[in-house]
Parts: sequence; C-alpha cells; structure tokens
Amino acid sequence: MTGEIGQLALCLALALALVQAFAGFIGASRGNERLMAMGRGAAMGGFVFTALAFFTLMFAYVTSDFSVAAVAENSHTAKPLIYKISGVWGNHEGSMILWLLILGVYSAAIAMTQPTDIAQNAELGSRALGVQALIAIAFLTFVLLTSDPFLRLYPPPFEGNGLNPLLQDPGLAFHPPLLYLGYVGLSAAFSFAAAALLDKRNDAAWVRRARPFAIAAWTALTLGIAAGSWWAYYTLGWGGFWFWDPVENASLMPWLVATALIHSMMATERTGAFKSWTLLLAIAAFSFSLIGTFLVRSGVLNSVHSFANDPRRGLFILLILFVSISAPLVLFAWRAPKLAPGAPFDLASRETGILINNLLLTASAATILTGTLYPLVLDALEGIKISVGPPYFTATVIPMLALLAVAMPLGPIFLWRRANWRAGLYDLRYAMAAAGVALVIGLFLARPASFLGMLAITLGAWLIGGAVTDLSRRAGSLRRVRLLPAAAWSSALAHAGLGIVAFGVVGATIWKSEAIQVLAPGQTMDVGGYTLRLDSTERVEGPNYFADRAAITVTANGRTITVVHPEKRSYPVEQMVTSQSSIRTTVISDLYVVLGDARDGGGWVVRAYVNPLAPFIWLGALVMALAGFVALGGRLAVKARAARSAAAVSAAE
Amino acid sequence: MRFVLALLGAFFAAYLSPLPAIAAGEQPEESTYVPPLADSVLEARAKSLQKELRCLVCQGQSIDESNAPLAADLRRLIRQQMQQGWSDDQIKEFLVARYGAFVLMKPPVRQDTFFLWFGPALLVLGGAAVIGVTIVRSRKRLATDPGGELEIPIQDTT
Repeated sequence: MTGEIGQLALCLALALALVQAFAGFIGASRGNERLMAMGRGAAMGGFVFTALAFFTLMFAYVTSDFSVAAVAENSHTAKPLIYKISGVWGNHEGSMILWLLILGVYSAAIAMTQPTDIAQNAELGSRALGVQALIAIAFLTFVLLTSDPFLRLYPPPFEGNGLNPLLQDPGLAFHPPLLYLGYVGLSAAFSFAAAALLDKRNDAAWVRRARPFAIAAWTALTLGIAAGSWWAYYTLGWGGFWFWDPVENASLMPWLVATALIHSMMATERTGAFKSWTLLLAIAAFSFSLIGTFLVRSGVLNSVHSFANDPRRGLFILLILFVSISAPLVLFAWRAPKLAPGAPFDLASRETGILINNLLLTASAATILTGTLYPLVLDALEGIKISVGPPYFTATVIPMLALLAVAMPLGPIFLWRRANWRAGLYDLRYAMAAAGVALVIGLFLARPASFLGMLAITLGAWLIGGAVTDLSRRAGSLRRVRLLPAAAWSSALAHAGLGIVAFGVVGATIWKSEAIQVLAPGQTMDVGGYTLRLDSTERVEGPNYFADRAAITVTANGRTITVVHPEKRSYPVEQMVTSQSSIRTTVISDLYVVLGDARDGGGWVVRAYVNPLAPFIWLGALVMALAGFVALGGRLAVKARAARSAAAVSAAE
Repeated sequence: MRFVLALLGAFFAAYLSPLPAIAAGEQPEESTYVPPLADSVLEARAKSLQKELRCLVCQGQSIDESNAPLAADLRRLIRQQMQQGWSDDQIKEFLVARYGAFVLMKPPVRQDTFFLWFGPALLVLGGAAVIGVTIVRSRKRLATDPGGELEIPIQDTT
C-alpha cells in the first residue's frame, strides 16, 4: 500500500508543478498578484508531496518491504538501520527522488523568501519559480516514466540483494545528500538567471536574490566533495584521497564554476560589472551539475543492464540535458547584448582580480571536461584508445590553480573600481614574508624537496598570510578583527581554507612514506619513524559481515604509542571483500595501516603509510565550508537588523 | 549531427562500467603482493613509474593502486626489467608496443592529442586576451567617467 501512496504523491507533485509553471509565468507577465501567490502555493505543495514520496520510499526500506523492486534490489534485512536509510539514495531510482526532494526544498525556499507585491519586483521570483517548475516537470516525468522507485515485484522475494559494502559507511551515507544539496542548489541561481533574461527590465536585481542560494549550494558542494574524498581516503585502503576519475571530476567541475559564479555575482551586485558574464556562469554552473548528477548516480552509470534494457532512460536524460542547456543559452544570446555596461574599473582593482578568478576557474573546469571526454570522443571517432589519467590533470589543472593562488590574496586587498596597487602590495608584506619563511623551512626540512611541494607550501602560506592581512587591514588592526562583519570573515576564511588544503595535499602526496611487508605474528616493520609489530589476528563477526582483525602495536623510539586494529571484511550477501584501514591521527600526521591477504605459512601482508599533514585536507575544506555558513549567517543577520529597524521606524510613526 | 550523436554515445558508453572504486573492492586480494626490491633507488623508481601505468582491466586505476592480478604482474615485470637495467622510457615503450598508448596514464603528445594537451593553454591565453581588452576598454571609460565615487566608501561588505 505504501508504494502506491508514494506513486500518487509523485503524480500530485507533477500536477502541482504544472500549476506552478503556469501561474508563475502567466502571473508574472500579467502582473497578477493572485496568480503569483498561486504559483508560490503550488511550490510549497509540490515540496510537501515530494517529501511524502521520499519518506514513503524510506519507510519501505526501513521495514524491508521487498515487494518494492528497488528495495529488494538494494536492501537486506541484516543491514544496520543507518544503511537501510542511506540505501534509499544508494541507487538510481532513489537518488532521483532525493534529487527531486532537494529541488522541492529550494523551490519552497524561493517561494517563502519572495517579495509578494509588484512594487518589489515580485515578477522576478515568480518567473524563477516557473523555471524551477519546468525543471521539476522534466524530472518528475523522467522518474514516473522510466525510473519508478515504487515498482512492485510479485511474488516478493524473501530476502533482498543488499547494498555494495563499500557504500556501507557513515562517510558515504551523508556524501550524496550533501552533493545533491549543492548540485540542485545551483538550479536556484539558474532559475533566477533565466527569470532575469525573461524580464524586460533585465537588470542585476536577480543577483541579489540568487546569491544566497549560490552560496548555500557552493557550501554544500564543498562539504559533499570533502566527504567523498575522506571516504575514498579511509575505505579504499591505500591512502589516496583524489583520483581524478570521471565521477569525482563530475563533482569538481560544478564546484569550480560555482566558485567563479559567487565571485562574479559579488562584482555584479556591487558595481554592476560583468552582468552578462554572471548570467552565463549561472547557466553554466547548473549545466555542469546536471551532467554531474547523471554521471554520479544514474542508471546510465551504475548498471549496464538498466541502460541497455531501457534506452528511453538514456534518451530522456539527453533530452533534458539538451533543452536545459540550450534554451537559456538562446535566451542569453538574444538578451545579453541589450545589457547596460557596469561601472568602469582600473587595472588595479578588485574587478580585475575577479576576472582572473573567473578565467582560471572556468578554464580549469573546461580542462577537466576535456580530459574526461577526450578519450571517449577519440575512441568513438577514430577508434583510438588512450588514457587520460591523473598525470594529465596534474600537468594542466595544477598550474592554473597555482596561478589562481598567486592572485587570490590580491583581490580582497584591492578596492573596487580603482585601487592603489603600491599600498595593496605594501599591505601584503607580512604575507610575502610568511610565504618566504615557509619556503625556507620547507627547503631545510621537507624531503623530498620537490618543486611542486615547495610551490604548494609557499602558496599555502601566502594564502593564509593574505587572509590574515585582509582581516587586519579591514579592521584597522589585528585586535579589532572580531568587530568585522561576517562578509569580511567569510572571504578570509574561504581563502585561508584553500591554503590549509594546499598543505594537506602536498603532505599526503609528496611527503608520504609507505611500506608493505609480509608479517608473521611477532615480526615488525618500519614506516616513517614508527615500528609496527603484528601481535595477532582473530576472526570477528559484524552484523552482516565477518572479518579478520589484526592487533598491531605501534612504537616510536622504543615507546609504545597505540595498538591499531585494521580489518579485512567479507560480506557474504554481496560476496565482496573490503579493507577497513586503521588510521591513527595526530592532526599533524596520519598513520594509516591496512591488513592485506593471508600468505601461505601464517604471515599477513601489512601495508602502512605515514601521511604528514593529511588531515589538513579536510580541515581546510571545513574552514572553506564554514566561510559559506558565515556568509549566509551574516546575510540573515543583516536582513533581521533591517527588518527590526524598519519595524522601529513604523512604530515611531 | 552524427558527430554530436557519436560524442554523446561515447560519453555515456564509457560510464557503463562500474565505478572504479567499487571495482577495486571487488578484486580478490590473491597473489597481488609484490615484494619490494632490495635496491631502494630502483624501488623508488618502480613506485613512481607504476603510478604512470594504467591497470588495463580496471576502470581508471593505475597499477600502483590496483589489486588486480594483472596489475601485480605488471608491477613484478617492471621490477624485473629495471633490475636488468632498462630505463623508464624503454619499459614504457615495451608496454606501449604490447598494449597500446592506452596503458599510459599520461597520454602521449601526438597529432590526435594536440587539442587535449594545448587546448587548456590556448583557452587561458584566449581568455587572458579577452580580459585584457575588457580592462583597456574599461580604463577608457574610466577616463571619461564624470567623477563619481571611485572607492566605495561604506564599510567593505564584499
């Protein structure tokens, strides 16, 4: 019965989306406030019904209702509750429902924050809701026609197929929702951009409405990508955290374009510069995230059979991609030439910094797209097979990001429109000193003293020093920084966060040490200053797996530091073997121990890595995400203060 | 149009295979242990070379990361060849002759990879030219701008 409720809810959500599109567009073009209110109501209703469908599906998973095909395929009674829940989005059908739910959340948020009377340009939000509704219609139709998550099985199987054990991990339970919050959040910026293009006024007002959504989406993407890479780091069992594989690239591309977008929006909102470019970026960011969504978790990606058996699904996806990318571009080509230019600016100005940012970030995204697609195109056209692997991306993207890092501290120091570049560079003298000190320390201490390693720490220190300089310059002195507004903090935190990430990346790639050895109980091996002794192994049982667990004593300079317990797990339902690595972190460095296979004669293969600074990767990402929260919180606080003073004024009258 | 269809077809076809990460987990960990060479210089060379060679049976992993038996065989092979005094380039040539350029994680610079290798640089240079023109034009307008506030004086809210 529950399955049918979910299906009905999806149909009702589709009906409401049709109403939302109609009322949103017609209401806006006629200036009819009642129609526009209807569009807002439909958006809220659509959200409620999508949520109903989502929770119905979740209920089916939690109660192991195997008469629902998706549950039978992806769940199992012995699975822990949290993975029954995360199993909802661990497959194509369920992840589409999550996607729709988040789209509904953003539509409802637009509806709730939208001004209601025409004097305040209610048409903009109304049209944006119309565009959101078109996206919802496309995806609801897609789900109902080709990827119905509530499809029944008869007779229901006695037991389900289970979930891929690698995905049974707390890190990955939260990774997709965060990533989707980011991907889908970019739809809000896209919808406002499209609404602005439809609006005859065609000014920069849309940026003011769209920017908080873009920042929220960026923050969620940052956290989602960080969660994914953290998961890869500790589950894949060899200490890598970024692989440049198509799935990761699919999430990095929208992040890069979204980063460009929030910077470009800043200039457009502030001085009216780059109006058309910002529109284009908003369209591009969501286009990249649409591509990403399908690469990450669609039937196209995960299973040969669902695609081959149902070509409608692939075609439908292509159709949605084609329409949602080309339609706004046509609109853009028609409208953009009519945009008034913004305020002029000098070479030394924050605008120039933002242009450099936009160039390097979009070029990085384009390069990653090229590298991801090139082998496929070459194979399809010429039948030639090549590989484009990490060395390609390091050779092309890293130099662009390095250039970006050089420019990053300059942007916030330079003022809008015309800045005194001598004074700006003078302000940055301590940041330059910090970069120099980092380089010298690196040259003396770090082995191997590779060029990339030195570059990374120099730039990392430059970024962090630049952020501190920015704060102290705005506050007048370092003591008064706590008085600074949230906006000042958010830019400094975001830039410093990237500097912290740079340290982590270089530590975990260039300065890591590793050792691999066969150990019989009692034997020892050395890695990066630690000595590991295999004490024993035992057979243990988990809820839905059994495992070999080792006890390995870690000593340094003769002192016992800890005992680690890496495991090798076997999942009988899914017939898979995974390694549960054991990581001992001091924040400054990670000791990473993996238990490999048993060897003839009683020994075990043990792999161990020491990854200096590795935790900084995720620490830095968290600082960047914090910047997003601070920016959003600051906006809310400013709004609340404005509302309070407006109330005070009207009370005084 | 046929080009576009071929492109899109190829795009999706390449993703039909399972996630690389999952492929790694599915590999049995039998006989994939290759003992390191006693000569630490050679071993370091082998380690860095195996990051540049693709595991042919996995999706997108290097033989450094993969647990597949083939990757282990290749790890063993390059160690043997290094002990016989082969240079990195010789080993790569040998493997390319055997498996094609597909085995190299870093694609060779050839006529058909020209756009791949030089596209990004051309893009950055082209973009820089556009930015240059934008700034020059903007400075011209700035010169004729009727005064106005240049530095926005209110507290910096970025």
